[in-house]
Amino acid sequence: MTIDEVRQIILNILEDIAPDEDISSIDDNTKLRDQIDLDSMDFLDIVMELRKRFNIEVPEKDYEHLATLAGCISYLQPLLKDRLAAS
Amino acid sequence: MAYDAIIIGSGLSGLAAGIRLAMFNKKVCIVEKHTVLGGLNSFYVRKNRTFDVGLHAMTNFTPKGVRNSPLGKLLKQLRFSHDDFRLCQQHMSEIRFPEHVLRFTNDFEFFRQEVADQFPKEIDGFNKLVEKILSFDELNLNDNETLGSRPILESFIKDPVLIDMLNCPLMYYGNAREGDMDFYQFVIMFKSIFVEGFAKPVGGMHYILNLLEEKFKQLGGELRMGSGVTSINAEKGSVESVTLESGEQLAAESVISSMGYIETLNHCSPSLKETDECETGKVSFMESLCVVDREPRDLGYDKSIVFFSTQPRFDYKVPNEMINVSTGVLCCSNNFNYPEPMKEGLIRLTNLANFAQWDALPRKDYIQAKKNWRNQALESLFTFFPDFRDNVVFLDSFTPKTIKKYTGHINGAVYGSPEKIKNGKTPVKNLYICGTDQGFLGIIGATLSGISMANLHLLR
Repeated sequence: MTIDEVRQIILNILEDIAPDEDISSIDDNTKLRDQIDLDSMDFLDIVMELRKRFNIEVPEKDYEHLATLAGCISYLQPLLKDRLAAS
Repeated sequence: MAYDAIIIGSGLSGLAAGIRLAMFNKKVCIVEKHTVLGGLNSFYVRKNRTFDVGLHAMTNFTPKGVRNSPLGKLLKQLRFSHDDFRLCQQHMSEIRFPEHVLRFTNDFEFFRQEVADQFPKEIDGFNKLVEKILSFDELNLNDNETLGSRPILESFIKDPVLIDMLNCPLMYYGNAREGDMDFYQFVIMFKSIFVEGFAKPVGGMHYILNLLEEKFKQLGGELRMGSGVTSINAEKGSVESVTLESGEQLAAESVISSMGYIETLNHCSPSLKETDECETGKVSFMESLCVVDREPRDLGYDKSIVFFSTQPRFDYKVPNEMINVSTGVLCCSNNFNYPEPMKEGLIRLTNLANFAQWDALPRKDYIQAKKNWRNQALESLFTFFPDFRDNVVFLDSFTPKTIKKYTGHINGAVYGSPEKIKNGKTPVKNLYICGTDQGFLGIIGATLSGISMANLHLLR
């Protein structure tokens, strides 16, 4: 998967988790929770969605990497680079 | 073929827990003894009319875009949009006592002003109480300290009538305990009713329950109606399966039960010694539904919900008689901001009731008693409010006995046991409770209860 595809995957997850939020204007380098009001319950959902969709386990010590969209991409891209994006 | 989880009960908490688990690919089955969804917040059909039971209104209303409120959390966790719930806000509600009336809307500052106008000497104390309430962490699942609310209220407010008036709606809408209320419950209810507020979904409970059912099934969840559980089977203190009334046995890694704490322990096999130590709830209600031939406001009923006491002081307890006619709750479903007016006028009257007395009546006397007590309740109401008897086109009532029959709650206790199990744990490993006895109250509370128990015990 390319960086753009990984980015899209994360946006898809966020869109599912927060259906009322406008995710099109998310800035990659600002903390997600400052932009779309995510709490700890929602971060748990992101982690569980990654497990469900890609069988990726994010250990609790790594949660800090998911704070921004850019952080998510750089953390997940190495784990997803050999996968094909779903058609 | 074992399930990851079996959920007992298709009320709001069970459905919500089911959705969360199915969302993350757990193999989950909800078993429901009744043929209708909803448990304590359900609906029934009589003469082509659908009536909600339980739901007068949804508390905890916050507008679209508020994400950190209980409603906002619920919507996010179940992945609904605010619009999906089709919530219509109340017009205005009131607490009516002989010497004072406090009106409230979904704007808390309006209520604060009402308190200032009606109880000018108490407003400073009231404001300090509100500060304490707003900074209180009522959702802490690990805090087992229980404080009564009355002593705390008395440290801020001197006039006992104001304390009674504040307590009245909060107790009616969620207090399992007679007399006083635990302070954290008081805080939950105060925020949900006064700070947030009331709304009703277009289509009532029927609509909300169907919405949850659809989502659960879309996610692959299995729902079995008319499947009461006869026993929850444990081996070496760990749950292994449940047995249904049909005799069928379903194996499960975990069980979440919304039957009530004691009700759940009573179903455990082998039986548990802890069962005897639990306190059972006693608070139950009789409710009469009056369909009227015009809009309630044209009969002098212009409020959404009215909590009233015809006596100067309000005492929340199981009456010595069949019901207590001197205090109650009135709900006019029509007085919410629906996009289109309802087809008919509906006035609901709820009174505290005594389960044991209703339960002891033989069938023939029971039917007669329902009529008699309904008449007495209405007569008492009409000493305080306009008479609408000539405008009634349909009447129906349910009692604590009805509630017991359809929900299985001991004593028809609408709010379950006074002792809440906030972390949802039972003496049996992998058996958890959710719903009324876990301690989050009201419709939104029940739903959040299912969500948090699923998250805490099965998804972490």
